[in-house]
Amino acid sequence: MRHILSILVENEAGALSRVSGLFSARGYNIESLTVAPTEDATMSRMTIVTTGSDEIVEQITKQLNKLVDVVKVVDLSEGRHIERELMLVKVRAAGKDREEMKRTADIFRGRIIDVTDKSYTIELTGTTDKLDAFLEALDKGAILETVRTGVSGIGRGEWVLKA
Amino acid sequence: MELKLPPLAETGETLTGAEIVVRCLKEEGVEFVFGYPGGAVLHIYDAIFDQKAFSHILVRHEQAALHAADGYARATGRPGVALVTSGPGVTNAVTGIATAYMDSIPLVVITGQVPTRAIGEDAFQECDTVGITRPCVKHNFLVKDVNELAITIKKAFHIATTGRPGPVLVDIPKDVSAQSARFHYPEKVHLRSYSPVVKGHSGQIKKAVQLLLEAKRPMIYVGGGVVLGEASAELTELVRLLDYPCTETLMGLGAFPASDKRFVGMLGMHGTVEANMAMQNCDVLLAVGARFDDRVIGNPSHFAAGNPTRKIVHIDVDPSSISKRVRVDVPIVGHVKDVLADMLALLKGAKDKPDPAALAAWWDQIGLWRAKDCLKYDRTAAIIKPQYVIEKLWEITKGDAYITSDVGQHQMWAAQFYRFDKPRRWINSGGLGTMGVGLPYAMGVKLAFPDADVACVTGEASIQMCIQELSTCKQYHLPVKLVNLNNRYMGMVRQWQEFFHGNRYAESYMDALPDFVKLAEAYGHVGMRIDKPADVEGALREAFKLKDRLVFLDIITDQTENVFPMVPGGKGMSEMILAEDL
Repeated sequence: MRHILSILVENEAGALSRVSGLFSARGYNIESLTVAPTEDATMSRMTIVTTGSDEIVEQITKQLNKLVDVVKVVDLSEGRHIERELMLVKVRAAGKDREEMKRTADIFRGRIIDVTDKSYTIELTGTTDKLDAFLEALDKGAILETVRTGVSGIGRGEWVLKA
Repeated sequence: MELKLPPLAETGETLTGAEIVVRCLKEEGVEFVFGYPGGAVLHIYDAIFDQKAFSHILVRHEQAALHAADGYARATGRPGVALVTSGPGVTNAVTGIATAYMDSIPLVVITGQVPTRAIGEDAFQECDTVGITRPCVKHNFLVKDVNELAITIKKAFHIATTGRPGPVLVDIPKDVSAQSARFHYPEKVHLRSYSPVVKGHSGQIKKAVQLLLEAKRPMIYVGGGVVLGEASAELTELVRLLDYPCTETLMGLGAFPASDKRFVGMLGMHGTVEANMAMQNCDVLLAVGARFDDRVIGNPSHFAAGNPTRKIVHIDVDPSSISKRVRVDVPIVGHVKDVLADMLALLKGAKDKPDPAALAAWWDQIGLWRAKDCLKYDRTAAIIKPQYVIEKLWEITKGDAYITSDVGQHQMWAAQFYRFDKPRRWINSGGLGTMGVGLPYAMGVKLAFPDADVACVTGEASIQMCIQELSTCKQYHLPVKLVNLNNRYMGMVRQWQEFFHGNRYAESYMDALPDFVKLAEAYGHVGMRIDKPADVEGALREAFKLKDRLVFLDIITDQTENVFPMVPGGKGMSEMILAEDL
């Protein structure tokens, strides 16, 4: 099962290594991990996408809570939530393929943010699924480079994750 | 970490970082600092030079500093303190830190670091201390600003000693210990990200009590958490009130008196038949401050599948210990002492009583398992049996000594045959299983309790891992007794090779052993060699009569003796090998 964990951590040197070290030491999976400071500069927020049985995810949550720098942990997948990931893709766009590439980007609501004679750089935001689907829609040989941020997530509605 | 800082101390004295360290330790009431100097901690040692607040114990290897501080903490319940230098000082200390971490022992470890401007430049004796120790500490800090030093040390003591205890490390660069700051030591710290649960959930406690009262085949399983949580009195009262059988893990020994008839012995890989069978066959299991680890219940699927209707109540201060290897029915997160007190109050007021007929039948069943006499050994042998030595040690010290041990067969025999009636008397490395801890543990214990009998049960392999500490014992007059069960083998390795590797004793024989008697004498101690069963008692009596001398008893024991019962790795706890099976 895929789970999205939202974690508030103290904005301290080493907090990220404590979290990532926990995953590697105990053999848990990380599919993606994002982290940045929040509106409160003393805290950072991480989103970790992990997979595992309910028992394993329960252990991950408990172990995370045990870390002294971790302020709060929530499994977003337990409730209604929104997830987004940003991807930048550099693609070959020359000759007869150039128009087609633009059309495909439009279909996925991608934006072309850099252009050369032979290439486009496309910015795309969405769920992990959508980004995967976009890459699948392209001719494999056309993809020159991809970079993805990993998932960021937030709960739906008025509920907020606070210290 | 957000702190409710007290108003800035305008009046505080101005001290150097090194002086602040000393003052903080004084404020914490530290008695002993176990350490070893070096470049990065020279300012701190200079501040130690003319202070009277605590004694510094100079060990001969940093590993021993950690073990001695750890032994002190295990015996007293107070945090142990160690001080080592950067680089190799830290890497030598890591084994000691990891040992304490695995057994949840409160330590504050102060380490020197290269100056802040040199960090990351591969400076002399530099290592990434917070990085190297991160997986084996409860928490660690690198102090880059002398103004943060006092509050950081306060946090270190707070974190080490609350919740599930553990080692906390404070890394101090050399320039920070030289700089000055106003000294203010806060009485309390509040960390928004750290607030261990103390009180158990009252609804869960009610459920647990009800389950216990309805039990037909109850069992109480006690771990090191009861010792660490100072909950022996409450536990003992509960077991006696209910008249239920009680077993203890290696780390729990002494939490409930072994001389009480309700005690069915240690459980686990080398547990008694009655303890392991009662664990496997009970209908209600109360687990207190224990963690169902692999050396205790063996294979978790066998444990669960063998008795799917058993109900488990689990009390622990650490939520992550609950339902980690075994699913439990009634989890209770909280301090075992408080939770047990709440349970006792409910039990005393309860109208329901345990079913006397069912309980009598259960005790009869346990009696049948007990009758197997699974710890029996050959008492007529011409060669010294290690079990006999421990029995005599128990007799001569009236069961009231502090016993430390190393790791291996001798450790298991000490656990099985020295019947501990009090908590904190049995000092050993359970989780990490660190050979070499025994002697430094004994040093820490003897410093804490100079008038008590302190014996280290060891083997000729383990003792050589920290034998240099005989020198420290001489310097500080620590007259501990070393009971060396010398079978010329790494006994537990040999036992596994005999059982599971077709008697192929690869590298487990100790050739070229030193003459331990002469070695002890070379360090200025008393050495004795005993090789006849008839001489064991006399030698032990003589050793304990030499109140002010360290005595090294080199006892030549049966090379082929094995520890029984034994649950082979990966097997279920009812699948024991007994001596009579072979």
